[in-house]
Amino acid sequence: MSKLVRLEIDGKPVEVPAGTLVINAAKTVGIEIPAFCYYDGLTLQGACRMCLVEVEKSPKLVTACTLAAAEGMVVRTQTPQVVQARKAMLEFLLTNHPLDCPVCDKGGECELQDLTFRYGLGESRFLETKVHVPEKQWSAVVYYDAPRCILCYRCVRICKEGMGVSALAVVSRAVDSEIAPNMGDHLYCDECGMCIDICPVGALTSQDYRYQTRPWEMKHVGTICTHCADGCTTTLGVYNNRVIRGNNHDRTGLNGEFLCVKGRYAHDFIAHSERLKCPLMRVDGKLVEVSWSQALAEVAARFGGIRSRGGKFGVIGSTRTTNEENWYLQKFAREGLGTGNIDHHRSGDVISLLSALKGRADALAATSDLYERKAALVIGSDLAQQHPLVAFQLRANWRHHESHIYTVTRGPVREDAYSRLRVRAEAGRELAAAKSLRQALQAEPELLILFGDCVRGAAVHELVEFGDSLGIPVRYICLVDYVNSRGAMDMGLTPGLLPGYQPAAAPGLDLAGMLAAADLDALWVVGANPLKNAALAAERAFVVVQDLFLTETAARADIVLPAACAYEKTGTVTNVCGEVQRLSRAVTTMGAKPDLEIFRSLAARMGLDLGEPETDRVYAEMRRQLPVPAAGEAARGVVASAGDTLFTSGTLGRYCGVLRNVREAPGGLYQ
Amino acid sequence: MPYNEPSPLEVKVLTRRFGLADSASLDTYLATGGYEALKKALGMTPGEIIEEVKLSNLRGRGGAGFPAGTKWGFVPRDSARPKYVVANGDEGEPGTCKDRLLMEYDPHQLIEGMAIAGLAVGAHAGYIYVRGEFRYIIRILERAVEEARGRGYLGGNILGSGFGFEVYVQSGAGSYECGEESALLESLEGRRGVPRIRPPFPAVSGAFQSPTVLNNIETYSAVPAIIREGGAAFAALGTPRNGGTRLFCLSGHLNKPGVYELPMGFNLLRMIHEVGGGIPGGKRLKAVIPGGSSCPVLKAEECDIAMDFDSLAKAKSMLGSGGVVVMDEDTCMVQAARRIMEFYAHESCGWCVPCREGTNWLRRLLRRFHAGEGSRSDIDLIGDVARNILGRTFCPLGDAAAMPTIAFVEKFRDEFEAHLEGRPCPFEGRRREVPAP
Amino acid sequence: MTFSPELEARFEKLLKSYPEGRESSALVPMLLYAQDEIGAVTPELVEEVARRLRLTPAAVESVVSYYSMLRKHPVGKYHIQICTNISCQLTGGEELFEHACRKLGIGNREVTPDGLFSIEEVECLGACSWAPAIEVNYDYHHKVTPEALDRLIDSLRKLH
Ligand SMILES: Cc1cc2nc3c(=O)[nH]c(=O)nc-3n(C[C@H](O)[C@H](O)[C@H](O)COP(=O)(O)O)c2cc1C
Ligand code: SF4
Ligand code: FES
Repeated sequence: MSKLVRLEIDGKPVEVPAGTLVINAAKTVGIEIPAFCYYDGLTLQGACRMCLVEVEKSPKLVTACTLAAAEGMVVRTQTPQVVQARKAMLEFLLTNHPLDCPVCDKGGECELQDLTFRYGLGESRFLETKVHVPEKQWSAVVYYDAPRCILCYRCVRICKEGMGVSALAVVSRAVDSEIAPNMGDHLYCDECGMCIDICPVGALTSQDYRYQTRPWEMKHVGTICTHCADGCTTTLGVYNNRVIRGNNHDRTGLNGEFLCVKGRYAHDFIAHSERLKCPLMRVDGKLVEVSWSQALAEVAARFGGIRSRGGKFGVIGSTRTTNEENWYLQKFAREGLGTGNIDHHRSGDVISLLSALKGRADALAATSDLYERKAALVIGSDLAQQHPLVAFQLRANWRHHESHIYTVTRGPVREDAYSRLRVRAEAGRELAAAKSLRQALQAEPELLILFGDCVRGAAVHELVEFGDSLGIPVRYICLVDYVNSRGAMDMGLTPGLLPGYQPAAAPGLDLAGMLAAADLDALWVVGANPLKNAALAAERAFVVVQDLFLTETAARADIVLPAACAYEKTGTVTNVCGEVQRLSRAVTTMGAKPDLEIFRSLAARMGLDLGEPETDRVYAEMRRQLPVPAAGEAARGVVASAGDTLFTSGTLGRYCGVLRNVREAPGGLYQ
Repeated sequence: MPYNEPSPLEVKVLTRRFGLADSASLDTYLATGGYEALKKALGMTPGEIIEEVKLSNLRGRGGAGFPAGTKWGFVPRDSARPKYVVANGDEGEPGTCKDRLLMEYDPHQLIEGMAIAGLAVGAHAGYIYVRGEFRYIIRILERAVEEARGRGYLGGNILGSGFGFEVYVQSGAGSYECGEESALLESLEGRRGVPRIRPPFPAVSGAFQSPTVLNNIETYSAVPAIIREGGAAFAALGTPRNGGTRLFCLSGHLNKPGVYELPMGFNLLRMIHEVGGGIPGGKRLKAVIPGGSSCPVLKAEECDIAMDFDSLAKAKSMLGSGGVVVMDEDTCMVQAARRIMEFYAHESCGWCVPCREGTNWLRRLLRRFHAGEGSRSDIDLIGDVARNILGRTFCPLGDAAAMPTIAFVEKFRDEFEAHLEGRPCPFEGRRREVPAP
Repeated sequence: MTFSPELEARFEKLLKSYPEGRESSALVPMLLYAQDEIGAVTPELVEEVARRLRLTPAAVESVVSYYSMLRKHPVGKYHIQICTNISCQLTGGEELFEHACRKLGIGNREVTPDGLFSIEEVECLGACSWAPAIEVNYDYHHKVTPEALDRLIDSLRKLH
C-alpha cells in the first residue's frame, strides 16, 4: 500500500494513496468528473479534454485523468471556467458528429448523449457542412461509422493492451483521423467485440444487434456464459423472448469488462432452426415427434422395467448442465436406477490435483489470483484460444503489475509476446520442460501454475511435488473445458466419486467402459455427444438423450427429450477456478425443458423420491474441508480436452452461426 | 552564397562564417576557431559548463524561450539509463527559415554545440531531427558528421579525452507537429507525431525513455561561442534576461527580406526599415507577426518595440522562433487569418478534441467568411471558438492556432466587418506583384 | 522486394543509429527514402518495411498516413510543391500556385497525363525570407515569379 496523500476537491477533504489520479480521487467522495478517453486500467491519453479541472496554482485547466493526486492539492470541478470548458469540448465533439441518435444503436446508452445532456450546450453554433464518411463493415461482426467516432482511442487500447491483439490503429491526421482495422479494409482478430463494448458512442456496432431494437425496450439479464470454463458474466439483451445481444457493459462479473466472441455473440444457437422443440420417439426405426407425456411415460416404463429385472444402466452427464442438475442426475443414477455407471467427458485432471494437494485448500487459485499473483507458469495450453478470460487476466496482471509469465507450450502462443521465459515442448514432454524452469521459478516470491490436459494422473502428483519443492507459495489451476466441467466433477458425475469427491462404495463403469459394454441395457445421455467419435457396443441398448439438437448421439436414441440451454434456466455452475456462480433465465424455448425438470418428471413417474437438490450442502462441506479423492481415481477415466479454439465450442459451437462465419484461423495472429 | 546580402547592422556571432568559402567544411571551421570550445569544455566539469550556459542568458530559440542552462540542469546526473542530446531542426513555424542556414553553412558549429551539451549532461549520442523537405541539408549534416568523426571531433574518444559522442541525422517526413518536442521524440522513435503526456518531461524521460536534452538548432549553435568567449560576453550582447544575438527571419512586404543576426532587444521598427529596407512601393505598414505564425499579430502602432522575449510578452505577443512577417496596408487580415488557420487545421495531429475539431471549425468559418458569406455573429464566434481552444489542448499547437486568431479578430475587427453581407474582399483588387527574381 | 545497393546501405546505416532493440525508430526515414526510389509507399513497401522492422503492416500504415510527405500514389517525375503559407501568400504564392495549375492544366495533387509534372500546395517550406518558394522534388527555388516558373517547367520538359 503506497503512502496516503490528503487533498481537497470542491472543498471536500480527500485521502487517497499517492499516485491516485484526481479523476478517481474525486469518485471516492462522490464527485463525477466527466471523461471519454479515460478508462480504468488502460493507458492514459488526455485526449478528449472533458475532464479539465481547476487546480490551485496551475495557470491552465488540467486534465484530471492524467493528474496524480498530491499532498495539499486543491482541485475545483464546478467553477464557471470548468463548466464552460466542458460545454466547449462537447460542442467541439458534436461539430462533426452526425447527431443521428434516433437511429443509432447506442441511443439511450451513449456516453456522448449522457454527458451532453448533463453538461452540454442547448444549441449548436456549427453551421458548416459536416465531414461525411460512409460506414464500413470490418468483419462478420464489427461495423465502424467514422463520423460518430469521437476518437477516444478506447478501442485501440483495449485491443492492444487488453487483448494483446493490436488490430486497430489510428490513421490519417487532424480532422481526417479515424480508426482503421489491421487488414486495410477488414479485421483479422479475435472478434471479441471488446472494441464495440468499450466504445462510448455508436461508432462501433455489432452485426447481431444493429438496428434491432432500442436498449430501453430490452430486458437485460446477467447470466454466466455457457461456453468455456472461465465463467464470464454476459448480460443478455432480450427482446420479445429473443436474445439479441450479449455484452458486459455493466462490468459486473469476475470478467470485469472482458468478454470473448463466444460470450458476446455465440447465443444464436438458442433460436437455431434445428433446435429440438418436441420429444422424439423411435417408431419403426424412425424418430417421430411425440408428446412430452408420451415420451416421459415411455422412458419411465422402460427404465422401470430394466431396473426391476436388474439390468445394466449407463449414465453420461454433461459439462454444460447446472450443479443442481448434475447432483440430481447422479442421485437418480445411484439411488433411483441403482447403478454406479456414471461419468462425463473430463477435460482436465482436477481429481488428481485435489488428490495430490491432500486437502490444502489454499493451494487452489481463484480468478482474482490471475490478476494479483506475481508469477504464473502456463503448461500446455493456448490460453488466448482456450481460456480467453484467464489469458486476459494474466495479461492485465503483466501490464499493471509487471508479473512474470512463463509458458511451456507445443507451439507459439500469444503469451510468448510477454512471457519471461518460454519453452516449446513436444506432446508428453511438457512436465519435463516445465521442470527445466526451476531456477527461474525458485526466484519468484510466489507462483501460479496452470496446466492443461497434458498433465494428468501421476504427472499431476509429480507437478505438485515439483511445486512444493520450489519453496515458495504455489497455487494451481487445472484447466478444464466447459462452463460446468468443474461442477460435473464436484457433483460426482464420475464412476468412483460421489459429490464432494467422497469415494463411492462400489465404483461403476467409466464413459469408455459403458460404451464398450456389450451387455448394456440402457444408456442415458444428458447434454453430451459421446457417439460423435465412438461407437456404442450394446446395439440393443435403450438409449435416451436429452439435448438441444439432434446430435450424432441423439440420432441413435430411442427417445430424445428436448432440453433447455443454460440461458433458459436457473441454477449454478462452477468455473475453472472452482467459483460457483448463478445462472439467470433469459428466455424460454417453447417445447424444451430444463434438464432438472425432466429428471423430476421422470422421478415422479417412476415413483422415486430423490428430494431437493442439495448442492448447497455439498459446497458448504467442500469449502469447509477440501476433499481428498483417492489417488487412483483419476486414472479411471479418459481426460482429454476437446481442444476448442475461440471459434469452436464443442458440439454447441456447430450451431453458433457467428462462430462459423468468422473468417479467422484460430491463433492465426501469432502463428 | 547566402540567400540575402548581410546587413551592416548585424552582430555576427552564430553567422560569422556565413559567406566564407566552403563554410560547411571542417577545414574552414577549424581555421576560424572551430572546436576550440569543445576542447575548452573537455577541461571543464559538467557543472561548470552548465553554469556558463546559465550565465549567458541563452534562451531557447525554438519558440518558448526557456533558459537553456536551466533545462540542461534538469537532466538527472545519476541516471542509470543512457542520455541523449536531440537537436530540433524541424523548422516548421511559418515565417521561420533560420535553422536551415545554420545547418547549411555551419554544421560543425551545431555539432560542436551538441557535443558540449552531451559533455554537460553525460550523453554520448545525439540526434539531429531535420524536416523531410530539407534533404540537401541532411546530406550536408551527414558529410559534416563524417568529417568530424574522421578527425576525432566525434566518436568513441574525442581528441583523446576519453569522452565519446556520436551524432546521427534523422529525417522527418512532413509534419509541423513533429517540431513539438515530445511529438518529435515519438517521430524519432518511428511513430506518429503525436505528443506525449507530460510529466515526465524529456529531461527525465525523452528519447528512448531516457533523459534527454532537446533544443533548437540555433540554441545549440550558440553554445560554442558561449563556451569560447564566456557566458557573460554572450549575455552582454543582448538585454537583461535575454542574452546574445538571434537570427531574425524577415519576410513579407519588405525590400530586403532575409535572415539577419541581430542583438536581442533590437527595435522592431528599425528592423523593418533599416535592416529589411522598408516596405516596397512606399506602402504603409499595417501589421507584423513578430515571431512566426503562432504569435499574435502587432498593429503598426505597436511595432516600436524591443524584440526580446519579455518585451513581446508584455505586448501580449511572443518572440517565438524569430519569424518576423511584415504586412503592408494592402494586406487582407481576414485572408491572412484564414491562411494561417488552414495551416493549423492541416497540421493538427488530431489527437485531442479542441485542436482537431476547433481548428477545422475555424478553418471553415474563416473560409466562408472570407468568401463573403459570414454574418456579424460569426465574428464573435471566431473569437469564441478560438478561446475555447486556448489553454485547453493537449499540446501547445492548439494555443498556436488560437492566439493569432484571437488577435486578428480583436485588432482588425473592422476588416472582418468589411467582409460582411456578401461584399467581396476589399483588398481583392490589390493583388500582389510578385517580386522580380 | 529489392532495393538499390545505395538504399540498402542507407538502411543499414540508419538501423545502426539507434540503441539496441530500437530499430523500429528507422521507420519514418526508411519509408521516405524508399519512397524516393520507388515513387510511392506501395502496399508491398509497407509489408517489406514492416517485416524488416518487426512491426505489423497496420502499424506502419498508421504512421504512413500521418506524414504528409509520404504518399500512396506516385506523383509526377517533377513534383512541384508550392508554398502558399503566410510569407509566401504575402508575396504572391497563391497566385503562383494558380498560375502553375493553369499552365500545366492540372489541379492540386494531380499529375499531368505524361506523368512528368504534378503540383501540390504545401505548407511553409522554411524559405519565408525568400518567398514565394517552391520545391521541385528536393530542390528549392526562391522568389519564384510566374515567368520564372514557366521557364523552369519548360526547361524540365525539354529534358524529355
Ligand atoms: C506545435 C509546435 C511546433 C514546434 N515546432 C518547432 C520547430 O519546428 N523547431 C523548434 O526548434 N521548436 C519547435 N517547437 C518548440 C519545441 O517544442 C521545443 O520547445 C524546442 O525545440 C525546445 O528548444 P529550445 O528550448 O532550444 O527552444 C514547437 C512547439 C510546438 C508546440
Ligand atoms: S493540440 Fe491536440 S490535436 Fe493539436 S497537435 Fe496538440 S495534441 Fe494534437
Ligand atoms: S478523460 Fe481526461 S482528457 Fe479524456
